[in-house]
Amino acid sequence: MKAYWLFNKDLASELRTRYAINALVMFILVTISVILFSIGQEKITEYLAGGLLWVVIFFSAMSGLSRAFVSEEERGTVMTLQLIASPNTIFSGKLLFNMILVFAMNIVIAFLYTILFDAFLIKNWSLFLLSFLLGNIGIASSSTIIAAIISKAGSKGTLYPVLSFPVMLPLILILLELTKFSMDGMQITEAYVELTVLVCYNVIITTASFLLFDFIWKD
Amino acid sequence: MNKYKLSGENVTKAFGRRLIFSNVNFSYGSSGIYGIAGFNGSGKSTLVKVILGLLSASSGKIKHLLDDKEIPSENLHDFVGFAAPYLILYDEFTASENLQHFAKIRGTELNREKTDYFLNEFLLYDRRNDYVKGYSSGMKQRLKYVFALMHSPKLVILDEPTSNLDNPGKEIAYKIIESESVTSTVILASNEENDLALCKSVIQIENFKTANQRVNTQKTGF
Repeated sequence: MKAYWLFNKDLASELRTRYAINALVMFILVTISVILFSIGQEKITEYLAGGLLWVVIFFSAMSGLSRAFVSEEERGTVMTLQLIASPNTIFSGKLLFNMILVFAMNIVIAFLYTILFDAFLIKNWSLFLLSFLLGNIGIASSSTIIAAIISKAGSKGTLYPVLSFPVMLPLILILLELTKFSMDGMQITEAYVELTVLVCYNVIITTASFLLFDFIWKD
Repeated sequence: MNKYKLSGENVTKAFGRRLIFSNVNFSYGSSGIYGIAGFNGSGKSTLVKVILGLLSASSGKIKHLLDDKEIPSENLHDFVGFAAPYLILYDEFTASENLQHFAKIRGTELNREKTDYFLNEFLLYDRRNDYVKGYSSGMKQRLKYVFALMHSPKLVILDEPTSNLDNPGKEIAYKIIESESVTSTVILASNEENDLALCKSVIQIENFKTANQRVNTQKTGF
């Protein structure tokens, strides 16, 4: 419940300052426009369209999700937060905030993508939506812990993509594979191995994040 | 009533090879005002942060005991209150919103009677619905007192307690400090003679600093 109130504080703060939302909306619009202009009248393959979706999602996550901790560090409110909540509460609250932000952001991206790209044809929507759900959880978890790490560093902007790439690479590769499967119309049972790997990734990254956060947060 | 006790045993802090203080020992009961003094850059704020658990000691141990049981570090924030010029509250919220968020995140309901009393005492009640970004530095310092005391902490630490305050503000602060010290342990980290005059005992931080001393650290910062 304490984590919910921290999320509530962050949401109220975000709605007032638009610290992350503005950057995210602009990034999504610009990236999708650039892809549309660069494709022009060319016919792209379904797989390429599916791959580009996750490229847009990955880089949008880069531009918006680091703000959860970076904004506290930049405004100097980290100490205030440390004085009112335990590290577990702080991480849970920030994770919840990033989770909602990732879902909102990715639903908008997927919607725009579906209406703007003719080549983006999903044959098995249930497999795609399941991968989308698990993928969003993975992106939110890994982005939150990376945001906590880079908020303590000097060059935050450059460090975030550099640190995120190796951590998120397995996640993006599996999501690309699952998107391909759902474009081919494969059943959920046929993608069992990939879905299990995705669940394991989420469990490992979330557990490791909760265990490590205490060390990152102090000193 | 729960009996709180704070003790420090051979507390040493070094940043890399730079020794800040070494072997600081103290033991405070559940009430009274105690001081930490020292020249600028001597390590008063560092010692305060180590006591609050915001920084870890290089060696030695800080113990917060409640009824002779040690308070776990993850719950310490419920038992301590802190105000300092370098503490920053949320500018985008009003004073009331700030206090409300803090209470909820702590897992309690806002004690309106208590916060209204403090807001009144610190002459902020009429401005409680104004954004903190519009406050002067003195008003922000007064609001930090409300933040530090709103949850009735067992230990209140005030770093430079009269910084940014005008004379009436200082008088109010002294009055509140004295009334809080009846039920809580209050630590003042300051150089001001008037602040230190309130204290039962004062730690002179430079007495715990030995130049060029080699530091054997049991634990280094992460």
